Amino acid sequence: MSKRIDVENLNVYYGDFLAVEDVNINIESRSVTAFIGPSGCGKSTFLRTLNRMHEVIPGAYAKGKVMLDGEDLYGKGVDPVTVRSMVGMVFQRPNPFPTMSIRDNVLAGVKLNNKKISRSDADALVESSLKGANLWNEVKDRLDKPGSGLSGGQQQRLCIARTMAVKPDVVLMDEPCSALDPISTIAIEDLIHELKEQFTVVIVTHNMQQAQRVADKTAFFNIEGTGKPGKLVEYDDTATIFQNPSQKATEDYVSGRFG
Amino acid sequence: MSISTQSKSSSPVKNSLTSGQRPKWLVPAVMVAAVVVGAALSALIGFGIATWAIFSAVIFLIAAPIAVTTIEGSRKGSDAALTYVVYAAFILAIIPLISVIWTVLVRGVPTISIDFLTTTMGGITGTVDQAAANAGDRPPGGALQAILGTVAITFWATLFSVPIGLLTAIYLVEYSNDNWLGKVITFLVDVMTGVPSIVAGLFASALFGLMLGPNTRMGIIGAVALTVLMIPTVVKATEEMLKIVPNELREASYALGVRKWRTILKVVIPTSISGIASGVTLAIARVIGETAPLLVTVGYFERVNLNVFNDWMATLPTFIYQQLMRPVAPTAPDPSTDRAWGAALILIVFVMVLNLIARLIAKAFAPKTGR
Repeated sequence: MSKRIDVENLNVYYGDFLAVEDVNINIESRSVTAFIGPSGCGKSTFLRTLNRMHEVIPGAYAKGKVMLDGEDLYGKGVDPVTVRSMVGMVFQRPNPFPTMSIRDNVLAGVKLNNKKISRSDADALVESSLKGANLWNEVKDRLDKPGSGLSGGQQQRLCIARTMAVKPDVVLMDEPCSALDPISTIAIEDLIHELKEQFTVVIVTHNMQQAQRVADKTAFFNIEGTGKPGKLVEYDDTATIFQNPSQKATEDYVSGRFG
Repeated sequence: MSISTQSKSSSPVKNSLTSGQRPKWLVPAVMVAAVVVGAALSALIGFGIATWAIFSAVIFLIAAPIAVTTIEGSRKGSDAALTYVVYAAFILAIIPLISVIWTVLVRGVPTISIDFLTTTMGGITGTVDQAAANAGDRPPGGALQAILGTVAITFWATLFSVPIGLLTAIYLVEYSNDNWLGKVITFLVDVMTGVPSIVAGLFASALFGLMLGPNTRMGIIGAVALTVLMIPTVVKATEEMLKIVPNELREASYALGVRKWRTILKVVIPTSISGIASGVTLAIARVIGETAPLLVTVGYFERVNLNVFNDWMATLPTFIYQQLMRPVAPTAPDPSTDRAWGAALILIVFVMVLNLIARLIAKAFAPKTGR
């Protein structure tokens, strides 16, 4: 399953502080969208509003509409926990659960929610998720070993497998490769290409080559100064953003003349 | 080839990088000299082990840095001075500890026997003690009732304080968000940490006095008093452990669509359980030796009473107190004193075993590593 995301007039706050102002964006299903922009411009903050992880921080909230196939995530009575099982998230630093084996990490979304699952279904889910994350061949002989024993790149792919096992509609990735070496980065990027066939993928990255390699569309976020809110400056096809942007700020940023 | 010829020719050449260093024998030599001079100085004022040790230490602490300074300069000299001061402070700190353990072992071990561990003080009168003291026998009677009483009361105190302390810590770390209630609880827990144990005893005694009439004595009141003392320790230990669980793990769990209480129960607590368990064990070790609150709430009893809801009980600390302050045979207090030391040894063994258990628990529950 895969769903499209339409954001209307979204304002994101930390307490009284307006962090991201008035975002309107339409993200197609089965596509990869990259968010780029300088540090502190609110792209990660905005990403976290797409699965209501933003409000985990005390005092943080968002106003506006985020529609997942027409259903408002911020509508009255919507349970953020339900939203998060539909919109998965991969974090900047690999964070497998240290008390669990590789197998249990993949099954975490099922087991932590105390859902009943038969042994054979669990085995099938572990295998398909790990295969989907291109990790199966590396770990199939040591599924009962702790996840923390893997390398950084393997841990990150384990986290992606863990996210896929919940069968979300959308996968959000917050700088998933910034803690990884180039080889692991390529492994993750290849994976993102494959994920696109099943999921809507949104990725925050600081690496502009990466955005060009993986993304169908790219959104450029910017901030005018400290204390000012971040804004979505331009959103277009990746090729347009990097070769023929309509905004001066975008051109400056992608060509390295930022600041 | 050139390397091999060089290494051959360079072996007799002195390495310039090692010049200007003190010879290896310098500090040991200063130490020997300090011990000798210390002995001589001590002999001048009437020889004693204590003065000998003090004089030797002071001389060494002054002479060794001076010797190092003259050879290696003031930077190495002050390094040496501080190093030796740190060692001296460490030795000073460890002396009382070893001395206590040594004294308790020396005086307690002769009393310990199967009899001492399996009998009570029931039927041990002044005449029996007097006879044993005259015959030079092992002291009659035993501490079974005190051992069982300590175990029972500590068990109930743990049963009360661990859930309360654990849940308080979970509220503080996971739910309070530093709101006013959280701040008030933190402040009160800090205040409770400093409550003198006798005050906790008075509190429990007065509380049950109101409910069951004055001068009620039973094990459960002592357990409540110990609970008052244990809760802040458990809260603090658990709080610290929960705080060091990385926030990323909580977020990872939330992002999988897991509810907060399940995240706490299945991710946060399992990740920190080793620290929590060892903190709880140390809290038990902390209250197991409390005397004052038990004297005013539980009293003392010569025979086994395992019912914490009825009547007086014996515990190891009150047993020691009774044997020392009210010897069974006032004219022959030696058997009573011996029994006190025996009970003290059992108490110390209890605490040591609890500490070991804490370490084992920490190891057993620690997040697994390995490939």
